[in-house]
Amino acid sequence: MIKLLTDNWSAFLSGFGWTILSSILALFFSLVIGSLVAILEVLPNKFARIVGNVYVEIFRNIPLLVITMFFYLVIPLYVVKINGFTAGTIGLTIYTSAFIAETVRAGINSVDIGQMEAARSQGMTFWQAMRYIVLPQAFKLVIPPLGNQFVNLVKNSSVLAFVAGFDLMYQANAVASQTFDTVNTYLVVGIFYLVITLPISYYMQYLERKLA
Amino acid sequence: MQNWVNAYSWINIRFLLQGLEVTILISVIAVVLSFIFGSILGIIRYSKIKYISKIVGIIIDVIRNLPLLLIIFFVYFGLPAFGFKPDTIPAAILAMTVFESMMIAEIIRSGILAVDIGQMEAARAVGMNFMQAMWHVVLPQAYKKMIPAMVSQFISLIKDTSLATIIVVPELMQHGQVVYGQNPNYIIPVFVMMALMYFVVCYALSLLSRYIDHKMA
Repeated sequence: MIKLLTDNWSAFLSGFGWTILSSILALFFSLVIGSLVAILEVLPNKFARIVGNVYVEIFRNIPLLVITMFFYLVIPLYVVKINGFTAGTIGLTIYTSAFIAETVRAGINSVDIGQMEAARSQGMTFWQAMRYIVLPQAFKLVIPPLGNQFVNLVKNSSVLAFVAGFDLMYQANAVASQTFDTVNTYLVVGIFYLVITLPISYYMQYLERKLA
Repeated sequence: MQNWVNAYSWINIRFLLQGLEVTILISVIAVVLSFIFGSILGIIRYSKIKYISKIVGIIIDVIRNLPLLLIIFFVYFGLPAFGFKPDTIPAAILAMTVFESMMIAEIIRSGILAVDIGQMEAARAVGMNFMQAMWHVVLPQAYKKMIPAMVSQFISLIKDTSLATIIVVPELMQHGQVVYGQNPNYIIPVFVMMALMYFVVCYALSLLSRYIDHKMA
């Protein structure tokens, strides 16, 4: 196992890098999109709420792989040529943003309505109250579930292997098919994933216990 | 131009529905098995038996934090090295069951933790042993609390069966690939249809879970 690791060190390391890069990019964009969708869902405007709800329900109930493959196959057909990494990260972003929207919305809803009312009565607009009063409190509440979403995101980034996205899983298959040592290759790759996911998920469990 | 009319010919639709059937079959078998194993593992982790609970806890945390795709690969391409070569559908069911059992074990454990400790103590005080108290008093209350988490886990299991397409399990995603593989003009219609099929199944389940949750609250 050690020999396999040292022999293919550069492949594993580059896969690890691409996996992290894709996860971080997808996390950033899905936080932005997810928060916007969450705000849509709590707006007083009924139409906005419907749009937000439809977005969340559609992308939560379709497999990530279907979304990713769609972008991988369809964007090059009509728009621009993109590589597997880009298509995979777009797919991950859209899929994750629906879950983040749900999480953030639950956070916003758990902030006491009096906070919003008080801010409005001070003369703030809806957006000001949202931005300065409600969202900061909501985000504090949703940090543990967002961390768990990030763990899911890292695990889900393995779908990049389907679209030749150079990630860990893709490299694992490349190494496995060269060395024929499937067992050790997948064990090594498993350890690489655990290096990212285990500390985060333990830290989130700790945070959850502290907040509770 | 995308050819919607031909893409939605009955032969293609029927082929996709056959895929959906396999998807549902795999999901149901895997969820039943993982409910059983998950309950056992969750209770073992909860009950703090010396060493055993610790070891089970570590196994649960490790597997939960791995990508399911890796587990599918390991089962299908790794296990033959140990002299066990499962067919594609059993391999998918095995991989899903291993992964989902750990997810469900955690749901069960947090469900049990959410039941007031006084329930267990009271049951023990009236003379029940640990297993009796668990079975007759704690678990029924715990299961009720965890229905929403359980259903959303089942939904993600259904969505995750699409990953099994990589080992050529004839499920919905795989059948979709076969259909749009014949003709690039089928890509968008087939994706829309696949998405619709997954959506109907998963969304119906989430509505059901909301309904049950609403009724019990």
